[in-house]
Amino acid sequence: MNKLKRLSPATRSNYLTYLGVILAFAILQPMAAGGKLSPTLQGQLVPICAYVVMTLSLNLTVGVLGELSLGHAGFMSVGAFSGAVAASALQYSIPNGGLRLAVAMVIGAVFAGIVGVLISVPVLRLNGDYLAIVTLAFGQIIKSIVENLYVGVDGKGMLHASFLKPLTSLGEGGRMIVNGPMGIPNIAEISSFIAGFILILITLAVIFNLVNSRAGRAIMAIRDNRIAAESVGLNITKYKMMAFVTSAALAGAAGTLFALGQPAIVASKFDFNTSILILVYVVLGGQGKMWGSIIAATFLTVLPETPAMRGLADYRMLVYAVVLIVVMLVTNSPAIQSFFSRFQKEAERENGKGGEQA
Amino acid sequence: MSERQKRPPTKLVPVPSVNKIPERDINKAPILECQHLGIDFGGLTAVNDFNMAIGRTEIAGLIGPNGAGKTTVFNLLTKVYQPTRGTILLDGVDTHNMTTAQVNKAGIARTFQNIRLFNNLSVEDNVKVGLHNQVKYGMFQGVLRLPGYWKEEKRAHESAMELLRIFDMEDLASHQAGSLPYGAQRRLEIVRALATNPSLLLLDEPAAGMNPSETADLMDNIVKIRDTFHIAVLLIEHDMSLVMGICEGICVLNFGEIIAKGTPDEIKNDPQVIEAYLGKKREV
Repeated sequence: MNKLKRLSPATRSNYLTYLGVILAFAILQPMAAGGKLSPTLQGQLVPICAYVVMTLSLNLTVGVLGELSLGHAGFMSVGAFSGAVAASALQYSIPNGGLRLAVAMVIGAVFAGIVGVLISVPVLRLNGDYLAIVTLAFGQIIKSIVENLYVGVDGKGMLHASFLKPLTSLGEGGRMIVNGPMGIPNIAEISSFIAGFILILITLAVIFNLVNSRAGRAIMAIRDNRIAAESVGLNITKYKMMAFVTSAALAGAAGTLFALGQPAIVASKFDFNTSILILVYVVLGGQGKMWGSIIAATFLTVLPETPAMRGLADYRMLVYAVVLIVVMLVTNSPAIQSFFSRFQKEAERENGKGGEQA
Repeated sequence: MSERQKRPPTKLVPVPSVNKIPERDINKAPILECQHLGIDFGGLTAVNDFNMAIGRTEIAGLIGPNGAGKTTVFNLLTKVYQPTRGTILLDGVDTHNMTTAQVNKAGIARTFQNIRLFNNLSVEDNVKVGLHNQVKYGMFQGVLRLPGYWKEEKRAHESAMELLRIFDMEDLASHQAGSLPYGAQRRLEIVRALATNPSLLLLDEPAAGMNPSETADLMDNIVKIRDTFHIAVLLIEHDMSLVMGICEGICVLNFGEIIAKGTPDEIKNDPQVIEAYLGKKREV
């Protein structure tokens, strides 16, 4: 305990976040295995993990890098479809579900990362709101592209893809994987809660370790003051891109996890509403606060599915909008701010006495 | 952009009007040499025909009335603005077409008139951002926490603490930079600039808002920095006790043009400088 107190507040909060995730898993996993969870919640476990990873990754862009991204579901979509295609194509060459899932996630992350690089090269050179505008458009473009994409595998296991026209020449033993607007209709559900838990831990480790390294300091310096960051010799574009692409790749892995836990997926699942939903999770959890993201994503994924809230499901986006506005008003009110700053000052004083930074 | 490309290649013509360099630096090439430097914003000429040289270990001052173009000169030197005319030679190297970050790597570090710290980072992390280009490990080494990460982070921590010790700020290391008192923020900016390992330090009104005893401390510290790091310092300052106290060469700017250059004593008695600051004597 004493050792825990001696750590810097940031490091302590990181360890507590890991601990919280592990505890939650330790409680939920036996319950899920023993069938003690309600069927709805049981079915929600993998999506919860996917949304938690999505929220964490978006928090890297919004909270740590300080840029607004409105098309994060687009990266999820890229990850979902590329990962699901990979899993489907590898069905016979890698019979082990867990290993296939891991390979699919890596492929999903790589594809989403590549797309992230492609859109950040022109955009991150600009300042201001351009990233928000372009990511908004990007989400829509990805949706249209995937809706018109046909991918199949022929008898020899070779992938065939076509854009706009359905595939006709798959031959003997071939099958369709992505079927245009119908998405992927039959997915072997290989995602598991354990895989989701591991992905959350990996995501946390990547984000925390990145933030507490040379590159992370550079990213946060750019967020805090771009002109000063340039004046101390930081390559602004490089570090913005690093954060953005890492965020995109993590979202891609989350997309694969999500897709492979569903019986079927369609491109319209990853639309503008989903992007905004994830942004709402980030804002409610607190920008730059990873534990907040985890809690917000978990609760707001579970809450609409509880029996009491079912009737309100149609008003979900409306409620979120109201909640967002309330959060903005509350966090900007001077009374509330002074209330919280009192705690902060106390913590700082304690920390000052505690001495050494870890 | 097109303006920059149209500029003719640099011609190294000797400039007769460079100022005197202190005797100990006289046989070495100057660290900074500006030749006919100028910038226009639209039709307005903000700085014109700015010629100046700074010795290797000189403390130089840039003074002038408000709006004379002093900060614009800093922004030209650090390439926040690309000059319309003229050449900047840093250690003999033309900085034409360099970016702000490249100029910093080449050896110019600066502070800002309105403080620009990384407010949400700790004091130590602010200095570590300054050390960024001295700390060598990549993103993957950081994310995977390979041995290189620990070694370099330890080194960064030690250098950061050593730099903070110059201003007796090591106790504040874990505080948030934005929550520091004003004077400490100014000092932290200087420490952060020093962390980039510059050969020329630009200080934009370092004593603004300081009381006389703080200013006196600052003067000692500027001299100490020069003597420890063997670097040149160019400072903009309105506090004449500081400028006259530590500057070896002073350059006076008015309406974007240099009106006088020389030692503090020469500047104090220069009729043009007196006129610029106090106005013309009324003819009787």
